[in-house]
Amino acid sequence: MDAFTTPLLAGTATGALLLIAALGLALTFGQMGVINMAHGEFLMAGAYTTYLTQQVVTNTDVSILVALPAAFLVAGSLGLLLEVAIISWMYRRPLDTLLVTVGVSLLLQQLAKDVFGAQGDPVQTPGWLDGFIDVFGYHWPYRQMFTILLAVAALVGLGLLLKYTAYGRQIRATVQNRDLAETMGVSTRTIDRVTFFVGSGLAGVGGVAVSLISGTNPNLGTTYIISAFLVVVAGGLGQLKGTVIAAFAVGIVTAFFTDWFSSSMAQVFTFALVVIFLQLKPQGLFTVRTRGLA
Amino acid sequence: MLELRDVTAGYGRTRVLENVSIEVPEGGAVAIMGHNGAGKTTLLRVAVGLLPVMSGQVLLDGEDVTRLRPNKRVRRGVGYVPQGQLCFPQMTTLENLQLVSTDRVEIDGVLGTFPALVELLSRRAGLLSGGQRQQLAIARTLLTKPRLLILDEPTEGIQPNVVAEIEAVIAALTTRGDLSVLLVEQHVGFALRSTGSYYVLESGRITSNGTGGAGALEAVRAAMAV
Repeated sequence: MDAFTTPLLAGTATGALLLIAALGLALTFGQMGVINMAHGEFLMAGAYTTYLTQQVVTNTDVSILVALPAAFLVAGSLGLLLEVAIISWMYRRPLDTLLVTVGVSLLLQQLAKDVFGAQGDPVQTPGWLDGFIDVFGYHWPYRQMFTILLAVAALVGLGLLLKYTAYGRQIRATVQNRDLAETMGVSTRTIDRVTFFVGSGLAGVGGVAVSLISGTNPNLGTTYIISAFLVVVAGGLGQLKGTVIAAFAVGIVTAFFTDWFSSSMAQVFTFALVVIFLQLKPQGLFTVRTRGLA
Repeated sequence: MLELRDVTAGYGRTRVLENVSIEVPEGGAVAIMGHNGAGKTTLLRVAVGLLPVMSGQVLLDGEDVTRLRPNKRVRRGVGYVPQGQLCFPQMTTLENLQLVSTDRVEIDGVLGTFPALVELLSRRAGLLSGGQRQQLAIARTLLTKPRLLILDEPTEGIQPNVVAEIEAVIAALTTRGDLSVLLVEQHVGFALRSTGSYYVLESGRITSNGTGGAGALEAVRAAMAV
């Protein structure tokens, strides 16, 4: 039973991490069409924010709760800065955006190395997350369960925001038809900025979860960025439910492959599976159905 | 209300409008007519701010709004119903309306104008028929409380029974007195019945203009004859 439950539960936690990272991308890439290769570094910013918070708030039981909103704000502000300073000048030029954000990604990694050192720093696990439950012989750490809870909270929060708030309607309208949204009185420039803030902030929240599992590291973002893009594309652009399914599928499948082969081969096999899937279903898991003109 | 003064506009280096001047008076209704490709939609996109001018001015209530973004023009009373029954397809009919206003009284007001939409409120707009989408597009624009309503081919590609409903609504709007209307329409008879004056646009230039009434139909047909 352990051979099944271990990769399943560990993979679910990895899927949850991917989901938090991919939710932000689902907004900025899936909805706005911006290929932001620096998105992974917003995860890293969230992880370092957790580390720095623990230097200030030494009670680790409390510091993680302070780190969550702080990481959202720090990563969100970085995203906002990137949008205002660079990306807003490059809408409808995806190749330029991709190249420039790769540069920003390298810049942020180097900045983290210069400030915090190349080795990374440990993040203390709060007492209330230091434990596990026994599931068919697998000691499932509270930290992994916390990651899943965090992903669910981020998903529900984002879903409620998009579905039930005026701001959410304005995001969806801008994504579906920018010109039409403008002529309905929506300031699409403001929406772009706020969307980038929220999407990047979500990556920061993901960074908190990552730091609890693997600490901080200047290259932490590169571990997740490609998988997160893969999840958004496989899920279907503009469809959150597809992102959710794809995130957990990629997490769990990778965990099983890791169990059967090795970590690097697991990445190769998972990528190969997604490529085959996209050959069969190029639009991803879910596509948008409309009757005619949109 | 709205004035385009010597406007030249286009896409890239291609000029679609050349020194076009039109005026929509306060409370008046004006039709723009012309063949396909004459530049009618381009003219409307300039008026609402979706297309920048190469030269010339756009004036709203006498004030230069040439560089004002579309969402700011909406707040000054410019309502736009674009060509093609455009809606936000993944949002429901109600969400399309709530994008502009969540005031139930205001929404009920426009649903009174288009009662067919009442039963479609929870349906995704992308699944509506062309006629239903057009009714939704007009209702949504009316929620912006326009003082100037700009309509681009509102009856194009819609089944005849719905066309009659939409024409009746537009006719009622043009006679309201507190609303100026700028209408682009292929159906010359309907356009002239609904408006007080007209411009004929050919190859990006105004070739004739006049007021509605007796003889206007023949004059427009003659102006549009190739």
